[in-house]
Amino acid sequence: MLELLSVGMRFGAVEALQAVDLELAPGEVVGLMGDNGAGKSTLLKIVAGNFAPTSGEIRWDRQAVKLTPLSAREHGIEAVYQDLALCDNLSATANVFLGRELHRRLLGVLPVLDHAAMRKRSAELFDELGSDTRPDDIVRRMSGGQRQATALARARLSAPRLMLLDEPTAAISVRQIAEVLELIRSLRDQGVSVLLISHRMSDVFAVADRVVVLRRGRKVADKGIAESSPEEVTALITGAIEAA
Amino acid sequence: MKSLRRAPQSLWVTLTVAALAGVMSLVSEPFASADNIFNISRNFAFIGLIALGQTAVIANGGIDLSVGSVMGLAGIVTGLVLASGQPLVVAAAAGLGCALLCGLINGALVAYLRLSPFVVTLGMLSIARSLALVISNNRMIHDFGPDEELLLSLGGGRFLGVANPVWLLVVAALCAAGWFRYSRLARHVLAVGGNEDSTRLAGVPVARVKLTVYVLSSLLAGVSAILMIGWLGAVTNALGQNYELRVIASAVIGGANLMGGEGGAFGAVAGAALIELIRNSLLLLGVDPYWQGAFIGGSIIAAMLVERIRRTGRAGDH
Repeated sequence: MLELLSVGMRFGAVEALQAVDLELAPGEVVGLMGDNGAGKSTLLKIVAGNFAPTSGEIRWDRQAVKLTPLSAREHGIEAVYQDLALCDNLSATANVFLGRELHRRLLGVLPVLDHAAMRKRSAELFDELGSDTRPDDIVRRMSGGQRQATALARARLSAPRLMLLDEPTAAISVRQIAEVLELIRSLRDQGVSVLLISHRMSDVFAVADRVVVLRRGRKVADKGIAESSPEEVTALITGAIEAA
Repeated sequence: MKSLRRAPQSLWVTLTVAALAGVMSLVSEPFASADNIFNISRNFAFIGLIALGQTAVIANGGIDLSVGSVMGLAGIVTGLVLASGQPLVVAAAAGLGCALLCGLINGALVAYLRLSPFVVTLGMLSIARSLALVISNNRMIHDFGPDEELLLSLGGGRFLGVANPVWLLVVAALCAAGWFRYSRLARHVLAVGGNEDSTRLAGVPVARVKLTVYVLSSLLAGVSAILMIGWLGAVTNALGQNYELRVIASAVIGGANLMGGEGGAFGAVAGAALIELIRNSLLLLGVDPYWQGAFIGGSIIAAMLVERIRRTGRAGDH
């Protein structure tokens, strides 16, 4: 579905990514790991269309594509950023539909927000995610897990095919981490591919099918989760093992 | 207690208005007279109208300090065009056109050049007032040409015993309430006030949203100015001087959050009513009018303190 061919990214003198190849199949969960500055976020932002790579090629459904934030969305690629990008003062539903509000026509002419339809749809999304978030809850009063679910529900609104998750378990409680991992499994079960950036080894080994390790802009490992171990990945991240 | 603390601020302000009115009608005989009630309602209508626009600006995370001066400029321009013999429609269009231009300049500088709303509208406060002085040459205009009767009846007249500006405020407030609840734009106004970056990431045209609220605010100041000169029967360049304080106080007392992200139509109207009621009560109780500024300023600060206390309470709920 998604293929990166020898993708490189240069910021002035800094080579953030060097000739990275990556392939993602439908319904596959790939854990992307690496130390700070290894290039994980850069890679995610390239796939989300925020950065255009300075070299290499991106293919989507075997077609070479140039991704922009808008075209990535149109292809079915949705990103959930680490800070979640939610409006604290609005309800869960308002956040899910932010910028994509549903309308109905009052008296056949005047377009007004269709609160009922949006509430119903967001309730369905939270249901599919197995989250206890209620459509009318205000984000300010939500738990970390509920916020995460709101950001995920927003990303799922357009039925995406690839979900990019940047540190979805940072800064939330242990019980909430379990909820988020459950959400990722349910995405996979519905055929959505997930690219999961995480610092937490246990998260990646709990939900990923494959683990990709970046070190200083290079891909040093790309293997099935069953063929690897947390010890090996740690060694790959730090450089104790050169590549695997 | 929990549910009481979560009640909207507009409800609290309305209750305060009712309580104050109740006390005043007991201690002061002229308070409850038909004339006094008529005066209070008309006076707060001018402020309430502008406070609706200011609420949108504040909910968007901005502030518009220029509304009083925009009133002055729009009033002077309308008056001069009328005095030159043009019909009211033309004069009103000219006055509103000036207000629109002020709003566009405020909005463009804030939205596209990302200048601080406080500084931009403070500058406009000075510019619009100065232009009003220049254009009017510091003269009072009281001859409004062939459409004078129409202007005076529009701003000074009544319908079914209620002053015309009050009717307009009622209609405008209902429209604004509907707008806040049912329009996509108002939703985006609140979203930008809550988290501008997130709203931009969600694909909302943030700059256009910001531009719109400043234009709305200025236009409402212009409408209020035209009604007000009809009521006063004359216009000087001092029209609307210091009104920004009363307008901002109305919006803030009514629950508009100066940090952005909160505010509603009924709050703005209730806030304006409370301020006018306090002013009127002080006059009737024989308090020196020089004290009015102190009470209005104090009520803004008090409203923010109450909001702070409620917020702290809410934060402890879960």
